[in-house]
Amino acid sequence: MTRTNGSLALAFHGLFIAFILAPLVVVILVAFTPESYLSIPTTKWSLRWFEAIWSSDFIPAFWISVQVATASATVALLLSVPAAIATARFQFAGRQVLSAYFLSPLMVPHVVLGVALLRFMAEMGLTSNMGALIMGHVIIVLPFTLRLALAALTGMNRHCEWAAWSLGASQWTVFRRVTLPMIVPGLAGGWLLAFIQSFDELTMTVFVASPGTTTLPVRMFQYITDNIDPMVASISTALIVLALVLMAVMERVYGLERLLAGKGEG
Amino acid sequence: MATSRLLPYGLSLPAVAALTVFMAAPLVMVLMLSFNSFTMATGIQPGFNFKNYVEVLGDNYFHTIFGRTFVLALWVTGISILIGAPEAYVIHRMRPPWRSIFLLVILGPLLVSVIVRTLGWAVLLGRGGMVNVALVKLGILERPMEFMYSFTGMTVALVHVLVPFMVLSVWTSLRRLDPAVEAAGVSLGASQATVLWRIVLPQAMPGILSGSLIVFTLAASAFATPAIVGGRRLKVASMAAYDEFLNSQNWPLGAAIVVVLLVAMVAIVMGYNRIVEGRFKQVFQ
Repeated sequence: MTRTNGSLALAFHGLFIAFILAPLVVVILVAFTPESYLSIPTTKWSLRWFEAIWSSDFIPAFWISVQVATASATVALLLSVPAAIATARFQFAGRQVLSAYFLSPLMVPHVVLGVALLRFMAEMGLTSNMGALIMGHVIIVLPFTLRLALAALTGMNRHCEWAAWSLGASQWTVFRRVTLPMIVPGLAGGWLLAFIQSFDELTMTVFVASPGTTTLPVRMFQYITDNIDPMVASISTALIVLALVLMAVMERVYGLERLLAGKGEG
Repeated sequence: MATSRLLPYGLSLPAVAALTVFMAAPLVMVLMLSFNSFTMATGIQPGFNFKNYVEVLGDNYFHTIFGRTFVLALWVTGISILIGAPEAYVIHRMRPPWRSIFLLVILGPLLVSVIVRTLGWAVLLGRGGMVNVALVKLGILERPMEFMYSFTGMTVALVHVLVPFMVLSVWTSLRRLDPAVEAAGVSLGASQATVLWRIVLPQAMPGILSGSLIVFTLAASAFATPAIVGGRRLKVASMAAYDEFLNSQNWPLGAAIVVVLLVAMVAIVMGYNRIVEGRFKQVFQ
């Protein structure tokens, strides 16, 4: 039997791909309209809506998102490397329970985490506190950095570690000089995935965002619920281009389907 | 090597502390909050009563919202299986360069914010949007229909957001399918349909089952897509919680809504796992 698809299968495939791409293509087209309402440009194309972004309050929101995503991905990575070493390299009582606990944020819907963070911040007097928002994001991205750190640790060749031990290196030296350099690529992938996850997070953040901590997705959400105009389309286009660049990098280095298994938020 | 027995606990401590302070403790706070009461005049009153749960579980208004959330999640899951599983099989049968190209096309949107993807549907589904123009031109509709703020629109947009997970999940389990088994089926005289039904489908089943669970839970707790496409007219559970917290300021009631949502989801996931493991044990080995 040949492993090719029949024409019916290919027709279905064409429709499916069209379904996947249609909304993104439409957003990109609308972004180039010269009109001030949503329309797909036919004769005249314009960049006026891209220019309009610069003087809008989407720019400060973008920088807040970058800060939150950078900080939370970094903190999550710093927390998950020792945790991953503990669960991957040691046998101890409660190991299973701890692993489950580390991955438990995946089980809690973001809306629930958002409500919980809001209540926590209100009780602690941390309303509109950037650090608390970042820690909220750390909780969301921790399972991803942890999983990639674990994959890197269990996937590496342990003979190098054993060789270093047998030659008298201390545990700390083995980690610093042998293990760490070998797992850096996996850690970088986890960091990148965590960054994207945090950068796009809306459902939790929308509960706690205040004027000083309004991230880009939250600002876009507030804007869209008021009115939909070509400016959000042009910002969305910029985000799509950004995602394309990241996608190219991640596919080159890791293979996207491996990284994305399990990511998600509706 | 001389390892202190406490080392693994020490290494885990920072992550455990972060999860406990910023997730577990806040969740307990929400649970406690849901037993407080609230009036417009006095705000949140400390205390312990089940008034909010009586309201959430007894009021028709909330029955409608939770019912809608559940039905929406079921539809989205069903449609995702119907279109995602065949697509995964088509991709599985593609030749190498095409396979990774189309996997990228399908998985790539997961890197784009949900807001952006939903915005595309808001443009497409509006009264003057392209879906309407096309349906009228094809003679399927007589005049433009409002898909925005409709259950159909919400379902379509949410399927678009979540179907990549189904494709990924089914494709992953099909990867283990040995093409020689299919070939053996054909050489022994099985029709194409028999091969699909008796060989491919059982192999794809673990992927379909775990994909369904992912899609269902994400659909049931989705916020952005239902909020933008469905609006206030077609509230889902997460939107109702959002309104209680940020508009009505009735935090105890909002807390009760999310506790009910969380408990319902945990119950569904555990029940599903139990049924699936019982019936498909041989598939999951």
